[in-house]
Amino acid sequence: MGILFEDGNFSTFYHGFLQTIALSALSALFALLLGGALAAFRVSPVPVLRVFGTTWVTIFRNTPLTLLMLTAVFALPRLDIHFSTFTFAVIALSVYTSAFVCEVLRAGINTVPLGQAEAARSLGMGFGQTLGLVVLPQAGRTVLPPLSSVFIALPRNSAVAGAFSNAELFSVQKVFDEKGYPIFMTFFWIALAYLAISFTISGAFRVLEKQLAVAR
Amino acid sequence: MSSTQTATVLYDTPGPRARTRYAAFGVLGGLGIAGLLWWIYSALDRTGQFDPALWDVFQYTAVQQRIVDGMLATLRAFGLAALFSLALGALLAAGRLSDHRWLSAPTTAVVEFFRAMPLLIMIFALYQAVFAAQPFWGLVIGLTLYNGSVQAEIIRTGILALPRGQGEAAYALGMRKSQVMLLILVPQAVRSMLPAMIGQLVVTLKDTSLGYIITYPELLYAGKLIASNSPGYPYIPMILVITPIYIGMCLALTALAKWLEARGRRGANRRTPDAA
Repeated sequence: MGILFEDGNFSTFYHGFLQTIALSALSALFALLLGGALAAFRVSPVPVLRVFGTTWVTIFRNTPLTLLMLTAVFALPRLDIHFSTFTFAVIALSVYTSAFVCEVLRAGINTVPLGQAEAARSLGMGFGQTLGLVVLPQAGRTVLPPLSSVFIALPRNSAVAGAFSNAELFSVQKVFDEKGYPIFMTFFWIALAYLAISFTISGAFRVLEKQLAVAR
Repeated sequence: MSSTQTATVLYDTPGPRARTRYAAFGVLGGLGIAGLLWWIYSALDRTGQFDPALWDVFQYTAVQQRIVDGMLATLRAFGLAALFSLALGALLAAGRLSDHRWLSAPTTAVVEFFRAMPLLIMIFALYQAVFAAQPFWGLVIGLTLYNGSVQAEIIRTGILALPRGQGEAAYALGMRKSQVMLLILVPQAVRSMLPAMIGQLVVTLKDTSLGYIITYPELLYAGKLIASNSPGYPYIPMILVITPIYIGMCLALTALAKWLEARGRRGANRRTPDAA
């Protein structure tokens, strides 16, 4: 069990851990922004934007993340788009996750009582104001539980980036494996790291849910 | 108002000025999307991705055969993993709902553990430790453990959501707990949770692509092999061929879920009419 404290292993592990967190946090931020915009597109009065949102969600919800990651790492450079593997991983993860965030937010918009939007409109608010000031804030609160499962899945999905030569926890497992350590010992430490990340996120969401509960 | 109500409640029926404004936004949005598509097209064109030489490989029957083989390998792993995960899910759900703490507590721990672990890490560990020679089983067992745990949670919530009277009535008829579960509760829960279970099967199908990383020759692996072994490295043509196949397979499963949901709404939710 002590393999973490031999042979400079700890710094490899620590670096991978931080990379997983940085990758997940950045992707979560972009996925939230992108997903929010897509959800607004999908309920907007402009048909072109609705079609765009629907197409985006259909494509990226039904494409495996591994395929997206492979596209980012192998195909984008062929189009003369060159970034670090970290940036490619952030792009693939946020594009993939944005489709799920959009669907969750859209479901949330449907749970806001009709009266809220009607009241906003009768005050003379337009679509942007109704959505941005009245409906989305309430929808955002009611969808915290499904949103939390999307964001708990995100660090787990980020492991795929490790298979495309981004140095995070999965690639730490590979490095230790090549050094000849027993796989289940490595697995134990990596599992511990992921459990810690998962529990932190679900704990944070539980606190948020308590703080932001909508009284109806 | 119909089911489109939620979509339209956010804005009034547009008057003449609003209609012009929406039309303007529509044109702007259309231009933006057209610009995006043009940018993608020109990037593809500039780097010579439409060069017929790059697409030639897909005319060889050997290459087509390899894609079909990859698809079959994907479906084989998916089919087995789907079957196993549903069985494991039912078992774990039963374990979690058990009245015996010595059974329910460890089952809960198992479910929580496999749900929190990245699937790729599990598949890779299984591959390295046990199945180095058979990546197929590494993939299938990894998929089963993860998706089985998720299915267990779906089935469990389904059982807990049933009206209490169902179980009580069965107990009142003198059934044992195992009979109540197997004959009364599980069939009803499965029926109501079928769409959610199939939704998880879509995830299982997509996750078979993780087999690529442990060199299981599924669709993505076949594509990568074709692209890296052909003149000019046609990665982008390969992706343009393979992505629609994945999307098509997933949409077919989703359509099945929707159909079952519609059917379920028609049949299963029949309520007993008011007594007299």
